[in-house]
Amino acid sequence: MPINVRIPTPLRQLTGGEELVIVTAANVGAAIAEMQAKYPGIKDRLLDDKGEVRRFVNVYVNEEDIRFLQNQATPLKDGDEISIIPAIAGG
Amino acid sequence: MDKHEGFMKALKCRECGKEYPLSATHVCEFDFGPLEVAYDYDRIKQSLTRAAIESRPRTMWRYRELLPIAGEPTVGFQVGYTPLVKADRLAKRLGIRELWVKNDTVNYPTLSFKDRVVSVALSRSRELGFKTVACASTGNLANSVAANAAAAGLKSYVFIPSDLEQGKVVNSLVYGANVISIKGHYDEVNRLCAEIAGKFGWAFVNVNMRPYYAEGSKSMGFEICEQLGWRTPQHTVVPMASGSLLTKIHKSYQEFAKLGLVADGSWHIHGAQATGCNPISSAEKAGMDFFKPVKPNTIAKSLAIGTPADGFYALKVMKETAGHADDVTDDEVREGIRLLAECEGIFAETAGGVTVGVAKKLIASGKIPAGDSAVLCITGNGLKTLDAVVGHVGQTREIRPSLREFEAMLKDEEKQLVPA
Repeated sequence: MPINVRIPTPLRQLTGGEELVIVTAANVGAAIAEMQAKYPGIKDRLLDDKGEVRRFVNVYVNEEDIRFLQNQATPLKDGDEISIIPAIAGG
Repeated sequence: MDKHEGFMKALKCRECGKEYPLSATHVCEFDFGPLEVAYDYDRIKQSLTRAAIESRPRTMWRYRELLPIAGEPTVGFQVGYTPLVKADRLAKRLGIRELWVKNDTVNYPTLSFKDRVVSVALSRSRELGFKTVACASTGNLANSVAANAAAAGLKSYVFIPSDLEQGKVVNSLVYGANVISIKGHYDEVNRLCAEIAGKFGWAFVNVNMRPYYAEGSKSMGFEICEQLGWRTPQHTVVPMASGSLLTKIHKSYQEFAKLGLVADGSWHIHGAQATGCNPISSAEKAGMDFFKPVKPNTIAKSLAIGTPADGFYALKVMKETAGHADDVTDDEVREGIRLLAECEGIFAETAGGVTVGVAKKLIASGKIPAGDSAVLCITGNGLKTLDAVVGHVGQTREIRPSLREFEAMLKDEEKQLVPA
């Protein structure tokens, strides 16, 4: 079941310039593991040494912040879209 | 050092310290930490003296060495140096010995502190060769980007949540900006803008220009110190949306102390939020060093950021300076607006009501001791958020143009005031 992951500019060096990556994982955590297998190093950029999503990384599933869902346990289904976005300043 | 980079040395990650060139980029490629401008303080110390500052025009650019542009400013020459008002009547009402209001409701040209950050961001954008500037905004930033871009002949796109106050929408449209209204709250506007900024070659003032933009806020703190007679205030109460202003006020005091412009004393920085969007203040009250994002629901729309990018650092500053945070309800926000208006003749927007309301709470609870002195940072003008106070600030009384009717009305009032 294909799920689109939108890759932010700072991570595109790891994906060979790709801004859209397809995964088939059942939840967000598994999607990160799947990306790590394909693009080694990407997991360290997203997760800290405790395995938590880094403080300045925001992950969204279908435009909803995963902290309002079930964090890395947030389930994924066919056609879902994941966005990875750095935190940005106020306005 | 390359003289074309002014007093800046590099962009540096606040998390891991990795350095980057002084380009339009805002996050560390490794850990996504925010990038911040690193300065050559030894060189700054040689030219930035009290005498030098006092000899310069009364604008924020009198602290130019500590603002991140390479050459001279090309946008917003007149911004800043707003009044620091000794607020004796409000002090009495809030029960504190001494109180000051840093009044950015009259900042030039768009009546909010955002003119400070925008003049820096747009001056730097020009240096980097951008022709189009943009922002994600809760309103004030949009106004300022639209106005300053127009005056500088730059094209602008401003992105706002669709539920914004009419005053703030009109205040962007009038300058000919492209105003894009997003069906969603600010955090959603922000997310979209992060994606747009990655795709288009525009200078997004609070995305890829953020390291420069955010530094502009320091000028508010520099001015407070100078206007107090070259000293830091004991207490400063700052409204928090993303938390950026609070961290930059702290940084401004640190820099002035480091350069010997003020005595290296201690100060307390306190943060103010609305109860309907209080991710930072609730974390501070619970003694946590991280925050949980919230979905905003408050009349203080300029502070309605549920995922505050600098929330972590704001918490750190409050902890380090033994400051506190609190939040106030919509009714308390309106009461704060009225208190400031009735006591000092200053009409602030909802964020100002938040700041006054929280100061009142912190003084009442003794977190700001009654015998101390405090500065309130009032960041935007009440004319922009009329919707929030209409119907809550009294009513006009209508009479015919007749002296007799007027006298009768006064008599009626006297009767009501003096019980028989």
